Amino acid sequence: MTHVQALIDAIGLGAVYALVAVGIGLVFGVLRIVNFAYGQLIMIAAYMLVFTQGWGDVAAILVAVAVTVVASLAMDRSVFRPLRNTSPATVLVATFAVSYLLQNVALLRYTYQNRPVGDSVGVLGGLNQAADIGSLHVRWITFVAIGTGAVALAALALLLNRTAIGLQMRAAAADFRTARMIGVRANTVIMAAVALSGVLAAVSAVILTVQSPQVTNTTGLSETIFVLIGVVVGGMTSLVAATLGGFLIGFANSFLGYELATQGSTSQTAVPFTSSVYLPSVIFVLVILVLLLRPDGLFVRSGRAPVERV
Amino acid sequence: MRRVLDSLLPLAGPAGLIALFAVIASQTVNAADDVKFRTAIVNVAIVVALYVFVGNSGVVSFGQVSFVAVGAFSAGLLTVPSDVKPGVLPDLFPLFKDHSISNPWSLVLAAALGGVFALVAGVPLMRLSGLAAGIATFAVLGITYNILTYWTRIGPGATTLTLIPVTTDYLQATVGTLAVLAIAFAYQRSRWGRQLRATREDPAAAQAAGIDVHRQRLGAFVLSGTLSGFAGGLYVHLPPGSITTNQVYLDLTFLTLAMLVVGGVHSLWGAVLGALGVSLVNILLQNGENGIHLGGWKISLPQGSSLVGVSLVMLAVLLLRPGGITGGREFTLPRSLRGRAGSAGAEPPAPAPEAGV
Repeated sequence: MTHVQALIDAIGLGAVYALVAVGIGLVFGVLRIVNFAYGQLIMIAAYMLVFTQGWGDVAAILVAVAVTVVASLAMDRSVFRPLRNTSPATVLVATFAVSYLLQNVALLRYTYQNRPVGDSVGVLGGLNQAADIGSLHVRWITFVAIGTGAVALAALALLLNRTAIGLQMRAAAADFRTARMIGVRANTVIMAAVALSGVLAAVSAVILTVQSPQVTNTTGLSETIFVLIGVVVGGMTSLVAATLGGFLIGFANSFLGYELATQGSTSQTAVPFTSSVYLPSVIFVLVILVLLLRPDGLFVRSGRAPVERV
Repeated sequence: MRRVLDSLLPLAGPAGLIALFAVIASQTVNAADDVKFRTAIVNVAIVVALYVFVGNSGVVSFGQVSFVAVGAFSAGLLTVPSDVKPGVLPDLFPLFKDHSISNPWSLVLAAALGGVFALVAGVPLMRLSGLAAGIATFAVLGITYNILTYWTRIGPGATTLTLIPVTTDYLQATVGTLAVLAIAFAYQRSRWGRQLRATREDPAAAQAAGIDVHRQRLGAFVLSGTLSGFAGGLYVHLPPGSITTNQVYLDLTFLTLAMLVVGGVHSLWGAVLGALGVSLVNILLQNGENGIHLGGWKISLPQGSSLVGVSLVMLAVLLLRPGGITGGREFTLPRSLRGRAGSAGAEPPAPAPEAGV
């Protein structure tokens, strides 16, 4: 029965990571930018939930979504657009710089007020209680995370497949130059993708802050790093593959963590890979193995990925 | 003769700048800032080591700091006096617990371990390129950090390793960094360096010309790992003689990559200029937080603003000059100084201009 418990928790974490993966994958698809600063959009949304405490849950979430969309658009306008035709390394380091900038701006809040880092959030706090089903012990937020993930992905699929802007976004992701030639407005498509990724960042932030109600200047950072890894493992050239990759890394993190914690050694001098503290190493070794076997991505059909330069 | 001198100019320029920086700092800087300036010099070594792989191959690696970490921890661990080790680090393997080595040997060991580790990681990983290579090298960093943080048989685990002899003074920092610089220069001028640069510019054409991409990348990766390990050895012997795993993880990775990109990824001059420039801005802003005296007034920046400032400066440089400060060009003399030799005839045939992008 405990394995079922681990499975449900793992699907819950996977769903959140999948949401983050879609946000990162959308921007990558259209702009070919690996946005390391995506975690700071999640952080901004989380801080909005802190600042709007007492406004009621609906208002707080709406404000968080609105501000995050604006922040996402501002990031695109001020950093991505000027660097659109430069080397990937430059853009990547620029997004590092944005990420560091925002983290350190958030840190100023605590150095000014001279207090320990961290604020607590109470939005949708009731969801943190557990529902007991037989011997299972599942927090409501896990169900909400899985449900939100499913609904958000379905809505996105509808948007991409059934609307004009969705069609344009898919065209731009497939071949930006040709898409422009046949009349797709580049900036409209980019802004739509960037705004959507902002919405997804805010939704992820709501779920993440319910799961762990402490907001710090590094909120969203480790999730982004793991999701970026998952997205590359899944395959960046396709949004579906990227999303599956994000889900998989969240799932693996939660499930293997549980297995290592119950089966592994607890000794301080345990040999690496046999104790739960070595979970990151286990994940990273798996990541390296997958990348060596399927460099284009686990969920990309081989032969369909664009030919990579060497 | 003149052509030989000209061809050495891209080495002499950065080397001169580092030496000048070290001499001025050692003579003028007060004791409080001393560590920051010595660290700045060691940072140059780390960034140049990173450049050897990233700059020459064009493949972004997030993993080079793992080699810095291995070098730093091995050099630190084995120079802590062996009579105190059983007390502070009881879980160590006997080999590490009962032996101590001198500072020079610790640097040799750091370089050797960095190189061996890079070889082991590089053999499989150098088959990858692009994003996959970036993520895989990041995974190496994650594994290194994770194991160093928890396995108390090979290190201090999550605690701080202290009592490391402080032997990296200005002289050792400068000489060590200049050695790294010279090796990097010799490599990029060598047959292998040029072959690797060819694969960076056009992989398909380079392969068609008979260049083995995997082997050339692996060579640069191992050399970069060796130099990174050595730089880690220099780093660990800086004051206050202590180190934690967090010091050689994400922050250092991003900082050194940013220094390289801000300077200009594709040139040695860019690596040196970026490292020294970003370090200087950082030191200035940190001192600004403590207050600067200007004609009787004391101006101080708010606490924590130095990190904000450094990120802003990096961002500004990237937005204004996406190719970095140097734009990927090597050091050259200003036109006015080059004039005389050039006016005698045509410019002497440049010794294969460094490809700048």
